[in-house]
Amino acid sequence: MTDFLISPFTDFAFMRRALAGCLALALGATPVGVFLLLRRMSLMGDAMSHAILPGAALGYLTFGLSLGAMTIGGIIAGLFVVLAAGVVTRASVLKEDASLAAFYLLSLAAGVMIVSLRGRNLDLLHVLFGSVLALDDGSLLLITTIASVTLFCLALLFRPLVMECFDPAFLRGVSNWSAAAHYGFLMLVVLNLVSGFHALGTLMAVGIMILPSAAARLWARGLPMLLLLAVLFAFGSGAAGLLLSFHADVPAGPAIVLMCGLVYFISLLAAPGGLLAGRLPVRHHLES
Amino acid sequence: MVGDELNTHPATPLIRIENLTLGYDRHPAVHHLSGDIAAGALVAVIGPNGAGKSTLLKGLAGELRPIGGRILMPGVHPRALAYLPQRGEIDHGFPVSVFDVVAMGLWREVGAFGGLSRAQRQRVHDALAAVGMAGFEARLIGSLSGGQLQRARFARLILQDAPLILLDEPFAAIDTRTVDDLIALILGWHREGRTVLTVVHDLEQVRRHFPTCLLLSREPVAFGPTAQVLTTELLARARHLSEAFNDDAPECQLEGAPATAPPLPGAAQPQAHPEAHGHAAHRH
Repeated sequence: MTDFLISPFTDFAFMRRALAGCLALALGATPVGVFLLLRRMSLMGDAMSHAILPGAALGYLTFGLSLGAMTIGGIIAGLFVVLAAGVVTRASVLKEDASLAAFYLLSLAAGVMIVSLRGRNLDLLHVLFGSVLALDDGSLLLITTIASVTLFCLALLFRPLVMECFDPAFLRGVSNWSAAAHYGFLMLVVLNLVSGFHALGTLMAVGIMILPSAAARLWARGLPMLLLLAVLFAFGSGAAGLLLSFHADVPAGPAIVLMCGLVYFISLLAAPGGLLAGRLPVRHHLES
Repeated sequence: MVGDELNTHPATPLIRIENLTLGYDRHPAVHHLSGDIAAGALVAVIGPNGAGKSTLLKGLAGELRPIGGRILMPGVHPRALAYLPQRGEIDHGFPVSVFDVVAMGLWREVGAFGGLSRAQRQRVHDALAAVGMAGFEARLIGSLSGGQLQRARFARLILQDAPLILLDEPFAAIDTRTVDDLIALILGWHREGRTVLTVVHDLEQVRRHFPTCLLLSREPVAFGPTAQVLTTELLARARHLSEAFNDDAPECQLEGAPATAPPLPGAAQPQAHPEAHGHAAHRH
């Protein structure tokens, strides 16, 4: 048992680094995912990851496999799409989904065109699927830095953000925080997607954000418990995914996301908010 | 309390509305409204559906930019007024407790970062008790009934401690007992000297509790003491004026019209502006 669960991490440095990366992602990206879920913007994370891809690809084309260039390119592309969509959402009749869809599709199309202009056969697999088992110092530092910044900003924005999610009209009425909460949160989404694509790739960075959050939502009633459970689920799935990848010799990124999915399906079956809860025998009701 | 100082200058209106036109897509929903609302007034805003009552409150709350005229509220900080929209944008599925929701009313005291002191927590409990919701603190907001939710929103209003309170149809789909409790709260605010504007549909309630009335039907129909506003003649006129938007309406020629109904010196009550524009034909 120890051999199976512990030794891969004690024996191999790359497994320890991967585990540290997963812990950072669980602490940073997953709480952001909880708020995405609560704002009914779960699919927005997916759209954003597509919006980031062209920026990262452009950085890759220009500077080769450079961590800095790809990160900065991704952040710029993501922030541009988020801000443009945010301005359109707040100032026009279009809702968030429509404005975001428009800008991320444009970003994606522009990215594909840029890639084809260079006419080179590109190995973008790294960008698409990540490399959690090959995190170098720079990547690990980047992921942990983004996780720290995210935790700090979430703590700073927590109350305005909760109010912006729960009753935006009230927040607009009593303070100027509405826009700060809205844009600040969207920037955190971009930062964490960029952080996630180093480990899991752009296509699956959203997985560790949304799946643990959705699973935790099935169990928790209050927000603090929801955040805690989501982080635990994410880190647990990360560790389990790494072990699966190690023992079964499968890619780590998909393994981690599939483990998140396993937690989600178990929660669907067992949790009080899941599928079966409504079909169990009714417990005797309380007096009041 | 708040209103005591305000009441020492009854002649100064808290709100001055000058030739105000509010609307959507250039179509006026409130058309050339002028009048003063004294500090400490308790005003019922009445009129048929689509008469511009909610629009007027939105304009006063600063959520809608006037398309003509202006609203002057020199004594009220825009963040210090309390506005209860008819249908809030509240997300009922959000995992937040009744206590937290009511405590949001303390925003102006605690801001984005401040913690709640023991005294402030007690005030949250007191506000919940005042609306008959003691013991509901830990319940999730999504588990409340419509009436309970409205009571919780009133508890939050209590904590906002605002000198000007705007209520948009607070009694819609609420049972009579809750309505009675909420009216008692509103009358309490009135006694404390706060200025309250409420959209109400039940004219019996208006007659019984509200000293002042603003009858709207897109055009202002009447504004003054309730007994003088709620006459069969004026109510019939309000019904008559209420009609649908006309997409091809010509531009309103009253654009530059001067503000009407200058305030009488020393008047304590809101100025009536009874002779509104009787010409329903022109539009913006």
